[in-house]
Amino acid sequence: MKQELRTDRLSAFYGAHCAIRDITMTFRPKSITALIGPSGCGKSTLLRCLNRMHEVIANTTVKGQVMLDGSNVYDSGIDTTSLRRRVGMVFQRPNPFPTMSISDNVLAGVRLAGDVSDRSTLAEIAERSLRRAALWDEVKDILNRPGTSLSGGQQQRLCIARALAIEPEVLLMDEPASSLDPISTMKIEDLMREIKTDFTIIIVTHNMQQAARVSDFTGFMLAGEAAPGELIEFDESSKIFTTPQDKRTEDYITGRFG
Amino acid sequence: MSRLAVRNAWSAFMICVAAACAGIAALLLAIIVLYVLSKGAGALRPTFFTQIPRPVGIPGGGVANAILGSAEIIALASIAAVPIGTAAGVYLALFGRGRVAASVRFLSDVLTGVPSIAIGVFAYALVVLPARQFSAVSASVALGIIMLPIIVRTTEEAVRLVPHTIREGALALGIPAWKATLLVTVPVARPGITTGVLLAIARVAGESAPLLFTAFGNPQWSVGLTHPIAALPLVIFQYAISPYKDWQQTAWGGALVLIALVFALNLAARVALRSRFAR
Repeated sequence: MKQELRTDRLSAFYGAHCAIRDITMTFRPKSITALIGPSGCGKSTLLRCLNRMHEVIANTTVKGQVMLDGSNVYDSGIDTTSLRRRVGMVFQRPNPFPTMSISDNVLAGVRLAGDVSDRSTLAEIAERSLRRAALWDEVKDILNRPGTSLSGGQQQRLCIARALAIEPEVLLMDEPASSLDPISTMKIEDLMREIKTDFTIIIVTHNMQQAARVSDFTGFMLAGEAAPGELIEFDESSKIFTTPQDKRTEDYITGRFG
Repeated sequence: MSRLAVRNAWSAFMICVAAACAGIAALLLAIIVLYVLSKGAGALRPTFFTQIPRPVGIPGGGVANAILGSAEIIALASIAAVPIGTAAGVYLALFGRGRVAASVRFLSDVLTGVPSIAIGVFAYALVVLPARQFSAVSASVALGIIMLPIIVRTTEEAVRLVPHTIREGALALGIPAWKATLLVTVPVARPGITTGVLLAIARVAGESAPLLFTAFGNPQWSVGLTHPIAALPLVIFQYAISPYKDWQQTAWGGALVLIALVFALNLAARVALRSRFAR
């Protein structure tokens, strides 16, 4: 299947500490998969393994495989820069580049990672990406203002536009709304539903209502006292949130812990 | 008196002591500036900046050659020290783990504390002795070595202050690490780096000890890199210890110019820091 992303017995380590162990799951293309679970269960670590951002942190290692279109992204011949152009990422806190204007922020990827330099092409990409991120109407007249001059919610949508501008196949979102107010959160959830026809979206969230609202599939992860995080249950969101198979999933989604 | 009253009285007393100490610190600087101003202002005629020194007893003349010489030595030292220092600082901040980085950091701290005259002796042995000649270039080597650790550590601090999420954001876009460093992280740190460079220049602008046996001084116009060259701190030293009144006044004038230069550089450093996001 085209653009298929799956993990095979994926484990990740910080030094000797194992954060996630033997995660095997397949992400359905053009749909939204949510990863839920209590703090420290390794869901962000799993997300960062998918585009090899895990290894940006010192002393980290990975075992197992992440297969994208049939090839392992951890093969020695894989170039992380071209992988990350295919698997984009939005972070927990908005991180627009402080020295760049709104339009430079959106275009940072295509300019610095790609080789687009034609002015009209760049303007088109900026507009298309900002429209997709539902930000265009708010910023079309202030494209030269600093990206950091926007509100928190606008900054996060700017970061989404920046990630979409390089036309990734997969978009990883690490608690993208956790630092935002309810209205901004709603805008981001709306835009996720809009863009899932073009992108495979994987979102880590603390918020179970959010997972239930936006996702097609949900994976529940859990870590023991000293044990690494594991995938407890992975199914269609409607099943996970109504008829979970595992007692621990049920306990978690009914608010008995975490 | 109640305990609260005692504590309030103590508090008021200690605030007064602290304020007095702050006053003393500021007052000393004010006295120095005013004293140099009163002694040196008279020397600052236009010819002071356009002519070279004249023999004792002949009125007029200036220290134009020393101002130019100082500028040349400092410019040359900066050309070498700024690229090396900023690159080393970026390395320490972003990739500086393990023993090599720790040693670089430690040595650079030690180098900051080495007396400037010792660095002058080093430059003398390294450049002057083999060439058998005092030279502008040897002075630049000495000043460059003094500037280096200051630039390294201020650059490291400035780059370290850039949130790592900014760099991660760039890497996650598939931007190669070297571009993420030079085009995303370093520009955010640029005001801090600029400040460090300016403060390093301000620090060496007034150095005289390392110039004694490198630049040596020169009463004539000289801009050749391999010849002895005049420098403001040297002129101040030579003229201040001379017995002649007009030479002494020239020394005060030179001191005033130096103070003004350091003041201007510090001011520029502050402006650079403030304009952080004002692009």
